[in-house]
Order: sequence, then structure tokens, then C-alpha cells
Amino acid sequence: MTTYRELLRRTKERISEVDARAAGELDGAVWIDVREQDEWQEGHIPGAVHIPRGHLESRVESVAPDKDAPIVIYCAAANRSAFAAETLGELGYTSAHSLAGGFTDWKRNGGEITMPRTLSPERRTRYSRHLLIPEIGEAGQLKLLDSRILLIGAGGLGSPASLYLAAAGIGRIGIVDADIVDETNLQRQVAHSLDTLGTPKVDSAKRSIEALNPDVDVVTYRERLTSENVERILGDGWDLIVDGADNFPTRYLVNDASVWHGIPVVHGSIYRFEGQVTVFAPGQGPCYRCLFPEPPPAELAPSCAEGGVLGVLPGIVGSLQTNEAIKLAAGIGDPLIGRLLLFDALVTEFSEVRVERNPDCPVCGEHPTITEYIDYVEFCAR
Amino acid sequence: MTVVVRVPPVLRSEAGGAKEVVASGGTVREVMEDLSLKLPALGERVYDAGELRPFVNVYVDGEDVRTRAGLDTPVSTSSTVILLPAMAGGR
Repeated sequence: MTTYRELLRRTKERISEVDARAAGELDGAVWIDVREQDEWQEGHIPGAVHIPRGHLESRVESVAPDKDAPIVIYCAAANRSAFAAETLGELGYTSAHSLAGGFTDWKRNGGEITMPRTLSPERRTRYSRHLLIPEIGEAGQLKLLDSRILLIGAGGLGSPASLYLAAAGIGRIGIVDADIVDETNLQRQVAHSLDTLGTPKVDSAKRSIEALNPDVDVVTYRERLTSENVERILGDGWDLIVDGADNFPTRYLVNDASVWHGIPVVHGSIYRFEGQVTVFAPGQGPCYRCLFPEPPPAELAPSCAEGGVLGVLPGIVGSLQTNEAIKLAAGIGDPLIGRLLLFDALVTEFSEVRVERNPDCPVCGEHPTITEYIDYVEFCAR
Repeated sequence: MTVVVRVPPVLRSEAGGAKEVVASGGTVREVMEDLSLKLPALGERVYDAGELRPFVNVYVDGEDVRTRAGLDTPVSTSSTVILLPAMAGGR
């Protein structure tokens, strides 16, 4: 009967064991850490790939497709890695080496280590439904947690956007809005409530976000976006803007600023039963002025005050905007760049038109004619 | 030749509340001229002095006519023409 000790001794006789210095001299070596998740989380050798011993056979070929390339395997004390090296030999790897002394000796001898970025157990639970989606997973969730998204408006579109972005774990959410919550908002602006009537919308939205997800850092700007403050607000560092403004002057300010700062904008707008959604990504697709070069004159602009809106419509359009924002933040899917999505809630119909980059665009075209902010006169009273 | 022109909610009061109207013509210009005769209020919002208004886009089969042949863009009975004015609401 073979004991573990004997098996280990005989295995070590058959495999190659190298010390840290010799391992470091193996050019182009793939380093594989075969320890368990909890050991890996307490630190590992920089550049190593983590494949727990139990998954080695099934996963190694994806990280080391060349079976003649050198591989350095380590565990805590060079025992599991010895068996792992033998297994790799059986799989046809010709240069698999076990690191003598393992991670314990590496660390004791002052070798460099890094702490992996992983989700805490609490976050693994909170975001478990994201982690189960292969396109998101832990790496995607970490991207969302690192993202900084600026919301223009905490009204109809900003309400669902703020809640779903917060729930998704967007690390920092900025909100720009000068308004106060009133009774007429509650028909659709679900980030606000009876408890926050009469308070600034930015504070009310912040309260809702924090009640939903303490991971989110909320930055509030209780002001209306103008040519005076747009540089300061954008200067705070945002990866993405979700535009839920309610007037043309702000829409054009957001557009011009986003082009000059190179920040993508997820655009949404609503009127009665109709919504529009698109993504303006500077350098990759059209901007708002490619679509509509100038705002309409006052007498021809749809009147916001008389317009009205079906309460659920901003819920749908703001959620579509959030879908685009999350995809962009996680770097997945096909965003609505160059495509304007139209939604008619009355007949429940989506349609799409193409939006092309305009080479004569006054802001993002080849010869821009607009090079500084324009404060259009507000003609659409709320 | 007749084509279906889809009217966005923002402009439906100018079209008597209609979601779609039928106009005749073989090019966008002819359709606009016909629309201006039949529904002057709607025509005026979209088409003025022989030009498309700059803040209204016209799409034929999902393509902005300004990226095609403009007012000379051909339309057929199977075409869908969409009128799309800028819309700013977010509340």
C-alpha cells in the first residue's frame, strides 16, 4: 500500500523542480497558481494565472495552448504543484516545472507578491445574478464598480436610470439637477417619494440610491447645467453621461461638452407616448448636432408644459438608456451608436433609423464652426 | 404613386391626430409638396420654402434623406417615410 509520503517522494523524483531564480530565467514561462480561492485571495506571484488544482486538467490548455512552452506551477509548499507538474507531463507538456518551496518560500525570501482584486463575499452575494452571466462575471462587475456615470437630470429619465445604475453597482453616480420634488413629479419620477416632497431632487435621489446600494458614491450638483459650470462638473472625471435633460439648451451643452471631453452620451428623450434613445460616442459615431444641428425656434419647439407624458414611458426609455450605459461600462454588446431607437408606447412599437456622422457637423465635423459653449435661450418652460 | 408617411406624436395635432398619412409623389420633394397641400399645418412644420426644415429629419426606409439625395431621394409605394423633429423632454 502506497502512502501519501511515498507517492509524493516518487512523484518529485520524476518531475522537474526549480528554484525561484531558475524559474525566473525560463523565458516566456506561464506561471500557474494551483492553490484554492482563499489562498489566492491572500496574495499571489505577479503575473500568475489562477487555476485551482481540481480544475487544472480542464483549464490549462486555454491558458497554455503551446505544449512546448515552459510552465512554472506553484502551490503553498511544492506538494500539490509536484502532482500538478506530473499531470501536465501526462497531458503532453514538455517543460512543466514545480516551484521549489512554493509560495511560502517565495514570500519568505522576499519575492514580490500582489493582492488580487476580487469581490468581497458580501458583493459576491449582492451581484450574484451578474456574476452568473458569462459576459459580465467578476471582471465585468469590477468594471461596473469602477465606473463613474454622470446623470443629467433626476426627473423622469433620471429616476429609473439612477436606481438601476445604483442597483447594478456603478461605483460613482453624479447627478445634476436644480429642481425640488413636487407632487406632479410622483406620477413617474420613481426615485422620489412623499417623504422627499419639497427637498432638492439631487438629495432625494441620493437618498434612494443609498437606501438601495451603499457601494455607490453619489456626487450631487444642485444646479442647472450651464456654460459657466459645465467644465467644472465634467472636470470631476466621468466615463459616461446619461442625458435625461428636459430642454434643448441643456441637450446642446451636454453634446458640445461631451465631444470636447471625449465622453460618450446615452441620450434619451420623451414626449407623451413616444421616446427616443441613442448613444453618441465621440470619435466613433455621430453626435447630437449630426442628428439635429440646431435647436428648433421657440414657436416650433414642442411645448413641454402642454405636452404631458405617460408615467411609465420615462421608466421604459430611462431603462433602455441604463441598458446602454451598463453595456458601455462593462464593455459588452453592441451599443446604439449610429442608431436612433424610436418607441411608440401607444401601439407598442419599436423602430430604428440610422444616424450618420456628418462631416459638416458644426461641432464634431472636419471643420468645426462651434468651438465654445452656447447658452441657447430657454424657450420651453417646464 | 402613394406612400405612407409616419407622423410622430409631437406633430400629430398638425395631422388631425393621425399616426400615418398617405401622400403621393415619386421623390421626397413631391411627397413634401403634396403633404403641404393636403395638411398645410403639418407641411409647414417640416418643409418651408422648398427646403426641409433644419430641425426636422426625414427618413426613407430608415435612412436620413440628407445622407442620400436629399429632396430628390426616390420613394416607392413600399417605402416608409418617417418625419422626426428634435425632442428634448426628459421629465
